[in-house]
Order: sequence, then C-alpha cells, then structure tokens
Amino acid sequence: MATVRQASVLPGFGLTFGFTTFFLCTIVLIPLAALVLKTGGMQWHDFVHVVLSPRAIGSYRLSFGASFLAATINLVFGFIIAWTLVRYDFPGRRLIDALIDMPFALPTAVSGIALTTVFADNGWIGQYLEPFGIKVAYTWIGVTLALTLISMPFAVRSVQPALLEVQRDLEDAAETLGAGRFYVFRRIILPTVLPALLTGFTLAFARAVGEYGSVIFIAGNLPMKTEITPLLIVIRLEEYDYKGAAALGFVMLLISFVVLLTINLLQAWGRRRLVRVGR
Amino acid sequence: MAGSASGALQDDLASRPGRDTLVSSLIRWGFIATSLVFLAALLLAPLVTVFATALSHGIRPYLDSFADPDTVAAIRLTLTTALIVVPTNTVFGLCAAWAIAKFEFHGKSFLITLIDLPLAISPVISGMVYVFVFGLHGWFGVWLQEHDISIIFALPGIVLATMLVTFPYVARELIPLMQQLGNDEEEAAITLGAGGWLTFFRVTLPKVRWGLVYGVILCNARAMGEFGAVSVVSGHINGLTLTMPLRVENLYHEYNFVGAFGVASLLTLLALLTLIVKTLVERTGYRRR
Repeated sequence: MATVRQASVLPGFGLTFGFTTFFLCTIVLIPLAALVLKTGGMQWHDFVHVVLSPRAIGSYRLSFGASFLAATINLVFGFIIAWTLVRYDFPGRRLIDALIDMPFALPTAVSGIALTTVFADNGWIGQYLEPFGIKVAYTWIGVTLALTLISMPFAVRSVQPALLEVQRDLEDAAETLGAGRFYVFRRIILPTVLPALLTGFTLAFARAVGEYGSVIFIAGNLPMKTEITPLLIVIRLEEYDYKGAAALGFVMLLISFVVLLTINLLQAWGRRRLVRVGR
Repeated sequence: MAGSASGALQDDLASRPGRDTLVSSLIRWGFIATSLVFLAALLLAPLVTVFATALSHGIRPYLDSFADPDTVAAIRLTLTTALIVVPTNTVFGLCAAWAIAKFEFHGKSFLITLIDLPLAISPVISGMVYVFVFGLHGWFGVWLQEHDISIIFALPGIVLATMLVTFPYVARELIPLMQQLGNDEEEAAITLGAGGWLTFFRVTLPKVRWGLVYGVILCNARAMGEFGAVSVVSGHINGLTLTMPLRVENLYHEYNFVGAFGVASLLTLLALLTLIVKTLVERTGYRRR
C-alpha cells in the first residue's frame, strides 16, 4: 500500500503516511477489531439467540422504522426547504440558510431535552396536539421527531447544490414551448436532483439509525415499544453482558457498511449523470 | 455532504424573477410558509425553549446554577477533553491530507473510506469498542488493573472515545481542499530550495487556512457536545467523569430543570458561535467540497 507510484519532489511522505496509518489503526481499526473479535468468539447459536431475541427485533423495528420514516419526511421537507432557499428571495433567507446546520452543531443531549420539553403534554406544541389524542413525547412519534431533527441538515445540504445545477434556461425553454409546471418538474428538475435526493435520504437514514443522545430523552425507553437498538446495546453493557452488546453492535456495524456502500454507489451515479448532461 | 451552497450563485438564482402569475405566487408562498413552519417547530422552538427554561426562575437562579461544584467540574472536564482531542485530530488531519493530496499511492480511496468510517458508526459503538480493549474484561483490562491505570470510567477513556467520534472532521475538510488546490506552489518552493517544514508553514498552511478553521470548529463542536460515545465509557461519576452533555442528563433526571437547561444553554451558545464562525468562513468564499 505504501509505495509511492510516481516520484515527487515534495518531502514528508514517509512521516505523514506513517503517522496517518498509525493513528488510524490505534484510534479506529484496532478498537473496531476488538468488537469483531468479541463477536467472533461467540458460539453461532448464542449469537443468533442474542441477535434474534424478541427484544432485539423489537428494537430493530423501532430504530429502522423510525429512521426510515424520518429520512422520508426529510426527503420531502428537505427538498421543499432547499428549493425555498435556492429559488426564492425573502427576508431572513440567509439567516435560515445558516440555521439549517444547527442540528450538526447542537449537542444531541440538548436537542433531546429541548424537544421533549416542547412536545410534552404541557409543552408549547404538545399541549395543542394532546386534545387530538396525539402523544409525541415518550412514544414512537417522539423518536421519529428527534431523528427527523438530527438528520434534517443531511437532506437539505445534499439537495441544495444539485438544485443550483438545474439549468434555468432549459426550464424557461420548456415553458415557452408549452410544457406545464409538473411536466417541467418531472422531466427537467427531478432527473437532475434525483441522485442528490437519494444520497440525502441515505445519509439521513444512516445518521438516524445510530443516533442515541437525542432519542433517549424523548423515547419512553420501554422494551419492545420505545427502545432503540443503541439503547439496548448500552443496557447490555451496563449489565456487563459484553457479548450480547458486541453481537448487537456487530449487526449495526454490518448495516452501517451496507449503507456506506450505498452512499458511495449513489454518489458515483450522480457524478456520472452530471457528466452525461454535459456538466 | 456539501456545506451551505455557494452564496453568490444562490443569491443570483433566488433573486431572479420568475413568472408572475397567481399560481406562481401561490406556489412560492406555499413553499416558503411550509419551510418556515417546519423549521420553526423543529428547530426554533427547541432553541428558544433552552433559554426560556434556563431563565424560568429569573436570572439569579440561572447564574447560581453555575456555582454548583459538579457543574464546574463538568465544564472543566469538557474543556480538558476538547483541548486534548481537537489539536490531536488537527495534526492528524493535516498529516492525512498531506499524504493523500500530495502523493500518489495504491489504496488511496480505501484509506479515505477508512478515515470517514467513524461518521458511519453509531456513537454508542464508538464508545463500546474501547470498553472491549481497556475495560476490566477487555484485552488489557487485567494488566491495567495490576498496574493501577484506569482508562475506562476515567479521563483517558473519555478522550479516546471523543477522539474516535471526531476523528474525520479536520481530515475530510482538508483532503479535498488540498487535492483541488494542487501542488504547483509547493513544488516551486521546494525546487527553489525551501525545506519541507518551511514550505508547509509558509505555502500550504496559508493556502488551506479557511478549510482548516472550518474543520477545527466543527471538530470542536462535536468534541464538546458528544454524548453517546462518552456516556458508554464515562461511568457517570458526578464531579469526576461527567462532561457537560452528561451533566445535562444528570440534572435533567434529577428534575433540576434550571440547572440542566443552564448547562444546555452554554452548549447552545457554543453551537451558535460555531455556526457564526462557519458562516463567516463561508463568506470568504470557502466552499465545502
């Protein structure tokens, strides 16, 4: 791996490459290997028993279901927000553009307690939902809401640059030639932003599945009902059931890899499409 | 993830007049209203709540809550952790970017994927892996106990978990930036007789400074705000191993809402400051790649 292919006049390859790989191994790879080996040390039977226990399956259903729902909500609203920011001028647009990244910068524990307070039965928004029988805090709706908040920037920031790429001239030409609004959207705008939409969806999903801090405050944390997989891992660790925790962590790690691969494929697809339309 | 889309182009598109029909106006205001309502409920309401709850009993109890020795200890622990983690990851980011952007070698894209890996992992897993290495039942657990060294449930564990979570932040800003800026100036400097360090400090560093600032502030925000990974390795000893986010949880579960939201308000101010610096950096024309 460490062979420089082409001679360079610049110095420092040995030092920087050496430190990079050393640090990567120490901080990331060796600890992750510990997780894999811990799981590998289990009997197949025990592994299946842990990973397919009803409580684990209940937690997957909530974690993946709520993450999928949150990513879908962000697919729709992320597009609307990105469109609003790119196409319309209104007072406060730049401020809102800057605020989109708030969930990246705000610690998840703060998002968690603040959302719970706003959406509790007596909270600012929760009190208006309660008469309709909608309970947000301590239910799966709350989990979805927290995941929507923390994954929202991924959706908006993926779509925004793609919308800038849409050729307004093409839209104008199509409209001049009599194309309807929806036709222009379906044939000109959607094809250009589709890879970005899907990338944003996948990034949002990936972030939501692993999320812990914001969710545990707003979820009721009842086994089988409002218990996400990362919380189940923490509970197993606190019970000193390291193998149980490792097995569940291994499952999540595998899913992360699949999602990561999907993101790479989607981004490669997006680049190819841009090249094809002559950008 | 691209950052905020480049300002000038976006301003140009946003202010460009569209068709001025009734339907156009309806769609336009429909989109703007939907965006604003969505963001107000999800983003603005929680932000305002943090300060409203922290100040719900007036300014005095709010200020007094910071006199709590356990809260002071939490603030100190968070600052210590960030002070170790952020410079270390910055040096790593600069090294990784130099090696990857300045040289050609096999397996480069694989290396970049590995550097980005911590972003794809649940924070809980990032903390847990260190329990498997340094915990009592981990690889070095017995040896560490014999030599009376504590890593898990102590500062070193918190630092390591935070380092893993924030590992890619500086590197992922600098790698694409250095790749795009190219090596011409550096090669000229070296050819003219400048040493490697001189070239780095006088040529490369000024070239990438805004990307570096960008990466460092995001790294810092995450380091100070990390919850999941630190929660797993902390052991939750009040006054000793609680960082600010963990102290928020601790106070919240004790129903001390003024205290919990007081600490949360500091973290929120940090987040706002991060966004302001980030926006200022973007104003210089820096754009995430």
